[in-house]
Amino acid sequence: MSNQQKHWEKTRGLLFITLAIWFVFSIGIFLFGAEMNEVTGPFGYPWTYWFTCQGSLGAFVILIFWFANRQEKIDEEFGFSEREDE
Amino acid sequence: MKGNFIDNLPKVYGIYTGGFIGFIIIMAIAEQMGMSAKAIGIAFVAFTVFIYALIGWLSRTAQADAYYVAGRQVPTVFNGMATAADWMSGASFVAMAGGIYFKGYGYMALLVGWTGGYVLVASLLAPYLRKFGCYTVPDFIGTRYGGNLARFSAVVVLTVASFTYVTAQINATGTIASVALDIPFQYAVYVGLISILLCSMLGGMRGVTWTQVAQYIVLIIAYLLPVFWISNKMGAGFFPHFMLADEVARIGELEQQFGFVKNAAADLKTVPKGLAGITKAHSAVNATPWAFISLALAMMMGTASLPHVMMRYFTTPSVKAARKSVGWSLFFIFLLYSSAPMLATLSKLSLIDPNLSTGIIGKTFAEVEAIDWYQNWNQANLMFISDFNGNGTLELNEFFMGGKAVVLATPEIAGLPYVISGLVAAGGMAAAMSTADGLILAIANAISHDVYYKIIDPKAETAKRLLVARVLLVIIGFAGATIAAMEIQGILGSVIWAFDFAMSGLFFPLVLGVWWKRANRQGAIAGMLGGLAAGTWYLVWVRTGGSGFLGITQLTFGIFGSAVSLIAMVVVSLMTAEPDKATQKMVDDVRVPSGKSILGKSH
Repeated sequence: MSNQQKHWEKTRGLLFITLAIWFVFSIGIFLFGAEMNEVTGPFGYPWTYWFTCQGSLGAFVILIFWFANRQEKIDEEFGFSEREDE
Repeated sequence: MKGNFIDNLPKVYGIYTGGFIGFIIIMAIAEQMGMSAKAIGIAFVAFTVFIYALIGWLSRTAQADAYYVAGRQVPTVFNGMATAADWMSGASFVAMAGGIYFKGYGYMALLVGWTGGYVLVASLLAPYLRKFGCYTVPDFIGTRYGGNLARFSAVVVLTVASFTYVTAQINATGTIASVALDIPFQYAVYVGLISILLCSMLGGMRGVTWTQVAQYIVLIIAYLLPVFWISNKMGAGFFPHFMLADEVARIGELEQQFGFVKNAAADLKTVPKGLAGITKAHSAVNATPWAFISLALAMMMGTASLPHVMMRYFTTPSVKAARKSVGWSLFFIFLLYSSAPMLATLSKLSLIDPNLSTGIIGKTFAEVEAIDWYQNWNQANLMFISDFNGNGTLELNEFFMGGKAVVLATPEIAGLPYVISGLVAAGGMAAAMSTADGLILAIANAISHDVYYKIIDPKAETAKRLLVARVLLVIIGFAGATIAAMEIQGILGSVIWAFDFAMSGLFFPLVLGVWWKRANRQGAIAGMLGGLAAGTWYLVWVRTGGSGFLGITQLTFGIFGSAVSLIAMVVVSLMTAEPDKATQKMVDDVRVPSGKSILGKSH
């Protein structure tokens, strides 16, 4: 397998992990919205309510930065990161 | 000099922010010295619009590269701010907290949808489209799939989605300008339009970028300052985001105590149009999982298909920067979106809690009618009370308010000085202008670059291309304003439709263009046109009395449209020949950040 194919395989792997986490915070939680809202969550808000107000939103921010760093590492590993002068 | 400007950005915008805060303080002092509320409103809107116009003039350019993609040198964090302003429209600013106030959990699917979509943007599209080196979104479609028909189809989808969106934004600038400057809406729409064009016409994307950063700073100060101030003033907590749990619980208690009494249809007829009462629980789950998830999903996929957002990531210096920049965009959006539910909570509690001095529920009608702010907002047609049961005291089901009032009136209800209301008007104007700018530019650029230059006259010189782009900008702006002046549809409804149109036609053709090498021209055309047609058909069908299926409503018709788009694209691609070697090589090149971009620096 060529260097480029390996790079793409890893990139795709990272995509699936990223989308899986995204799925949990954007869809998974809200499948059980009513049940989870009975429980008191962070800062004393009901769980589901907190996720819709802040939790999921914040998770997405962190997820994107995490994804960007991981992808940079993958690009470096296979020598595909950009040179500064490009 | 140019390099200097980029290096000095933190300083330039630091001084700008300081200057704006200074202006707020001067206005606050002027208010104490007796400056009228109306004069303060005019000063806020006029001053900020003047600054944007100045930035637009300073960013004027005659180079295609600067006009279309701001010279591809916008630093990550600043592009994040510009995207956040581009993204957060008049609807986010003025209507969102109101929606949460009235509809609670079911409405908050929009919060999740309008943020979660950025994960898709970052992981599926933005870095790859940046590597491609395109000027516009149809530029990518046209080059990846080849052929004028594919390019043209993308322009059609882009225009339908963005135009639906832009009329709503021009409408919002008109509403704010008409209130702040006290002129009739029909003229205010054109005042708004001229302000918008001042930012974008001379400098194209470069002008829009630097005005959007300036607009972000104004709108975020205008949104956060009142939220923090009100929270502190009410004693609800120094930092509302972490400290409002008691208030949320208290609202739940009051809801139990008052109960949601259903009003008779005849009584409701007497309530002015556009006003609503509190009929849904504030923090309880009041929507089925599918209703919530389908709306969130439609908004997320729509986010990843809207061209005015995508093209912001064409302006970063590198692929790496494009990825990081998506993160910064969402961070800046998060600051406002996470505050909207807090504002809704503070607003609702201050109105309904009888233990607070501002609470009006349980007071007599004579008492409420004597309150200054009630009289003002009742006159502005945003508040209404009526004694349905004739007992003389105001009940929860007898109080009605317009959605905009949550953002616009809460500062006044909480007893903040008028200078804050002027600031909020300037913030709303900034939010609506920045989004309208991005959208008009997206449409004008697609038509000037993809239709005029790439299809009609490929030999046109730069000067002529940019002239065409500017003429189109003005034409599209005026067309948008003319439709906005007719006031056909509400702001929020048409915004949501724009997302559905975009996802119906563009989501899969864009994503599969990068992630599926086998996708070919015929498939992409079928996907774009089939998806758009199916989505439009569903919308018309439901609007004209159709029952719909699978719980897909007129707000989520994009789910149906994009499903048709996906199927059409895959089936047609597999039935026709696979793309040629050169195209496959191109896809391989797009997938790695290093190396030359697919399209040349100036194309």
